[in-house]
Amino acid sequence: MTLLAVERMKLLTTRSPWWCAALALALTIGFAALMAATADARVPVTVGASQFGYTFGMVVVMVMAALAITTEYRFGTMRATFLAAPNRTPVLFAKTAVVALVAGVIGEVAAFGSWGITKLLAPNADLALQTPYEWRAVAGVGLVYAVAAVLAVGVGALVRQSAGAISILLIWSFLVESLVQLIPRVGDDIHRWLPFTMADKLITGDPDPSGRDVVYGPPPSDAALGPWPALLYFAGVAALVFAAAVVTTNRRDA
Amino acid sequence: MIEAVGLTKRYGKTVAVDNLSFTVPTGRVTGFLGPNGAGKSTTMRMILGLDTPTGGSVHIGGKSYRDLKNPLRTVGALLDAKWVHPNRSARAHLAWMAKSNRIAAKRVDEVLDIVGLTAVAGKNAGGFSLGMSQRLGIAGALLGDPQVLLFDEPVNGLDPEGILWIRKFMHRLADEGRTVFVSSHLLSEMALTAQELVVIGRGKLISQSSTEDFVAQATENTVLVRSPQLADLRAALGRAGVSIRDEGDSLVVSGMDIAEIGELAARSGAVLHELSPQRGSLEEAFMRLTGDSVEYHTDIADEAAALLSTEGVKR
Repeated sequence: MTLLAVERMKLLTTRSPWWCAALALALTIGFAALMAATADARVPVTVGASQFGYTFGMVVVMVMAALAITTEYRFGTMRATFLAAPNRTPVLFAKTAVVALVAGVIGEVAAFGSWGITKLLAPNADLALQTPYEWRAVAGVGLVYAVAAVLAVGVGALVRQSAGAISILLIWSFLVESLVQLIPRVGDDIHRWLPFTMADKLITGDPDPSGRDVVYGPPPSDAALGPWPALLYFAGVAALVFAAAVVTTNRRDA
Repeated sequence: MIEAVGLTKRYGKTVAVDNLSFTVPTGRVTGFLGPNGAGKSTTMRMILGLDTPTGGSVHIGGKSYRDLKNPLRTVGALLDAKWVHPNRSARAHLAWMAKSNRIAAKRVDEVLDIVGLTAVAGKNAGGFSLGMSQRLGIAGALLGDPQVLLFDEPVNGLDPEGILWIRKFMHRLADEGRTVFVSSHLLSEMALTAQELVVIGRGKLISQSSTEDFVAQATENTVLVRSPQLADLRAALGRAGVSIRDEGDSLVVSGMDIAEIGELAARSGAVLHELSPQRGSLEEAFMRLTGDSVEYHTDIADEAAALLSTEGVKR
């Protein structure tokens, strides 16, 4: 508990998490506002469409999470932390828990904020949260952000450099996963099993066509698993990276 | 008390610390002296559990650092004054440290007051001068009111006023019965600050003794001799089998005390214009002992010799 309080103090007494949170909210909610404002009768706005910008927010949240640990290495406060708490495993768990919680909160605020502003700008659109798909699309964003934050902290702890960690996360989530599809024959099959495709499944997967047209939302993920198993899969990948980070950090000289 | 036994640290083929054993006694300021690259910082990091030794062990009061519960209450350390987030205020920096070791929050204001940073406690540490950063680092080391204190090159880059402050401060800490272990490559500073010395070079222990003994043992005492009959005197001294060095128009004699030289001069009929004992300094002692163990030699002496010999050839 002490370590959780310490990590909370460290995270919130610098400016970058606040800037990242503000940027993540501005990007997601701003994007939702754009979607809602440009919607018309031919392309009605939907619950799914209100969450179009969630990936932008996720990237910013991952940057925040990676910075939470790489700046500690950059400024030597990681060593100061290990002096105060020489047992490194609980330190990493506490830091990751705090960062994931903050990421989750940002995700929920971003998702419901996006949904709310859509409702405000398109009062006539059908935006009721009724089906499991619609709930997943909105409330799931916080979960995906939290898991993505764990992954980012893990990468940050392994690489220990801001630029390196952020590059890896951005290139992986934005470039590698989509470029894999270009590989002839096997590309699509690989793509269905990649972690961010899986994460996307929780938000966009298994649209429920019963009530209304969902064509106007973001394209559904082609992940190989159903929405909840896909989230578990994503969490498993994050857990593996985090475990590698814990082992490495314990072995390495600080 | 800090006790290192056979402490060794290897990075690949490089041996940074080589089978180092020493003890740091309680209630004194112990200097940790060695040229740059001798392994002082690495040793300190191993004492504090940041780096894992390749071999050997080091204990503080019988326990290894990683086994200490709330270590800041036992050991305070200042390894690098810049280990502070530049956008975090001095008070916030100390606050998280205090929290991590269950130290009362009011202690933060106490240590800020001790080091004289109360006025700037709310300011971001990134804007601090080196002297202020150093004070903040010391405040952090004092936070848990620890019995053992480690400082790595604390006076590096400080102005004379700051150096004086730190020196007095360390004496005060030792007078309070604490163990103070302070590293430096500045001998003159250590001569004034440290009562005990642990001297290392190239990762190996060179000596451990009191500062006085170190100077007495390591510096040879020489005698300066000036005489109009210097050649005769040199010949006589040479026959006595002592080592002689020319220094301008005088001789520096070692291995014979002042009375014997005077008697020898009288026997050989030489007039003496000067006969004075030369006390060795800590610098000399240090250079003598660590001369071979400087990691990164500047090759000035070699270059000078090379230059002279080539000029000799031209002539």
